Amino acid sequence: MTVFLIRRTLYGIVVLWAISVATFALFFVAPHDPARIIAGRLATPQTVALVRHRLGLDEPVLTQYWHFVDRLLHGNLGYSFYSSTQVNSLLLTRLPVTVSLALGAAVIWLSGGVLVGVLSAARPGSFVDRAATVVVLTGLSTPTFLLGILLIYFFFYRLHLVGIDFFPAGGYVPLTQSPAGWAQHLILPWITLAFVSAAVYSRLTRSSLLDTMSQDYIRTARAKGLSEQRVMFQHGLRSSLTPVVTQFGIDLGTLLGGAIVTESVFGLPGLGQLAVQSVTNQDLPVIIGIVLVAAAFIIVANIVVDALYAVLDPRVRLG
Amino acid sequence: MAGPDQLTRVGDATSESQDVAFAGRSQLQLAWTRLRHDRVAVVSTVLILALVLVAIGAPLVAKLVGWGPDEQDRVHGLTPDGLPVGPSTLHWLGTDNLGRDVLVRAVYGARVSLVVGLGATALATLIGVVVGVVAGYASPGVDTLLSRLMDVVLSFPFLLFAIALVSVVGPSLKISIIVIAFFSWASIGRVVRGQTLTLREHEFVEAARSTGAKTLRIMTVEILPNLVSPILVLATLIIPTAIVFEATLSFLGLGVEPPTPTWGNMISDSLPYYNVAWWFVAAPGLALLLMTLAFNLLGDAVRDALDPSAARLTRVKVRS
Repeated sequence: MTVFLIRRTLYGIVVLWAISVATFALFFVAPHDPARIIAGRLATPQTVALVRHRLGLDEPVLTQYWHFVDRLLHGNLGYSFYSSTQVNSLLLTRLPVTVSLALGAAVIWLSGGVLVGVLSAARPGSFVDRAATVVVLTGLSTPTFLLGILLIYFFFYRLHLVGIDFFPAGGYVPLTQSPAGWAQHLILPWITLAFVSAAVYSRLTRSSLLDTMSQDYIRTARAKGLSEQRVMFQHGLRSSLTPVVTQFGIDLGTLLGGAIVTESVFGLPGLGQLAVQSVTNQDLPVIIGIVLVAAAFIIVANIVVDALYAVLDPRVRLG
Repeated sequence: MAGPDQLTRVGDATSESQDVAFAGRSQLQLAWTRLRHDRVAVVSTVLILALVLVAIGAPLVAKLVGWGPDEQDRVHGLTPDGLPVGPSTLHWLGTDNLGRDVLVRAVYGARVSLVVGLGATALATLIGVVVGVVAGYASPGVDTLLSRLMDVVLSFPFLLFAIALVSVVGPSLKISIIVIAFFSWASIGRVVRGQTLTLREHEFVEAARSTGAKTLRIMTVEILPNLVSPILVLATLIIPTAIVFEATLSFLGLGVEPPTPTWGNMISDSLPYYNVAWWFVAAPGLALLLMTLAFNLLGDAVRDALDPSAARLTRVKVRS
């Protein structure tokens, strides 16, 4: 286990480095000049040159990259081109929003998806199963932003017309400030994210559970005279959750790096929204920071998932 | 490979008598027969063909309705307050925030969706198959290198990287296709590699090798034909994902450049007007939903037809 963790962590660091190089290189491929954008439209060439010098953009690419790596090894992601604040603190203020959004949605989609999957698998071909399939395919086919707009229309606007102002159209209230307001502002974004993701989970649970339930040891369990419920939940579900755990790790890891679309639609000031803003402003240090944090989340999630395998399925050995 | 005895378990579509008729046909022929008897598959195919026809005939629709895709109706296009006008005989599905015909724009939007969706899928499939087969058949060193490459691509925060990339190189139709393909090929590559690894141990590959067949020939003539089913299934399932990806890029303002209508940028334009002009968001929204749903249904049907035992597939997702 320890050897596995060390090896995977080292490998993860290599992947992170590759991604940082790719992101860094990206901004030197195309002819563009962040200094010009930051200096503004009316700036004289002297001002632009001054800005360029202040941001260190007039140094050779390799020197810039060296400074970047040097800072990074000291845990510093540099300063935003645009607002001159530290990227670290910028990311830290945005992180709680994204974490609240991702974790809340994850709870909903995981419980909902697995529940629907189990119900479908209990009686394949039944009305419940077929109804679930329709809902699942709709979920798979609905773009996130479309669902978000629909929810805002019906739950904010239509309810507002009849005098119910329970659901806000967007914005964020920190958990520490008001737990109720926090949940109230996040309900619609949670549902949006959860609905589009739950589809995949109910599918995975269904097919995996059906697969498991046709195995010999399940037949043995039945032959022992155990109730069907006990067979399904105690014997079947545990081993059929492996693919669900994999998918969950990857999805949660991806989301923690910023739910770009959901945050844009609901105006949530999370990492995803920051990413879109920095891309518009060509704010290189912030973009690299977010990409690195997001990739780190994905890599850590993958390691955790692989380690969990061994816990869920005794046949798996880590090496 | 599925033998005749396994086919009786296929599902509700196959009856005993059909199984007898299946005897002596190739796997693809069997799948085709199953697909033709699948009502969902037929309906979704008809729907997709209809959408393709509409996309091809977009100029005809424009002529019929009487408005070009970027043409502003300066007389009746907006209300006196400057808001979009609802459906009427003049504008069948109303107008947008600039007084342009929503129906004509939505019809033209189908073109972008289909071109990017199909183009990106084709490109991703090509790259994925080549890399997958090479990784699965080549020496362990090459395999490790290519597998690690796929791992890196799959652990990219891809929507994030995609918008960063587009912001630097500038949005265009070509860039959309390349970006989407770049983040989709690895999932195909992984499956193809796995399948190739098992196929290369089969006797027929061994036989070909012993007759002196070159590596390239073994890959293309011996291995590739056996990969047609999984490739077909994966490709059909990537199409709707690619379409949603394109719509998402356009929605974020990083897809095809305006004024070219896409469903994504129409929905994005309609956001401030969602409570006064439902048609403005409904037309592109429903069209997008219908197209992705049709491709998803077809993809599921193709998978059922080609692989009755329903292998689990990893779907590339563009959620968040």
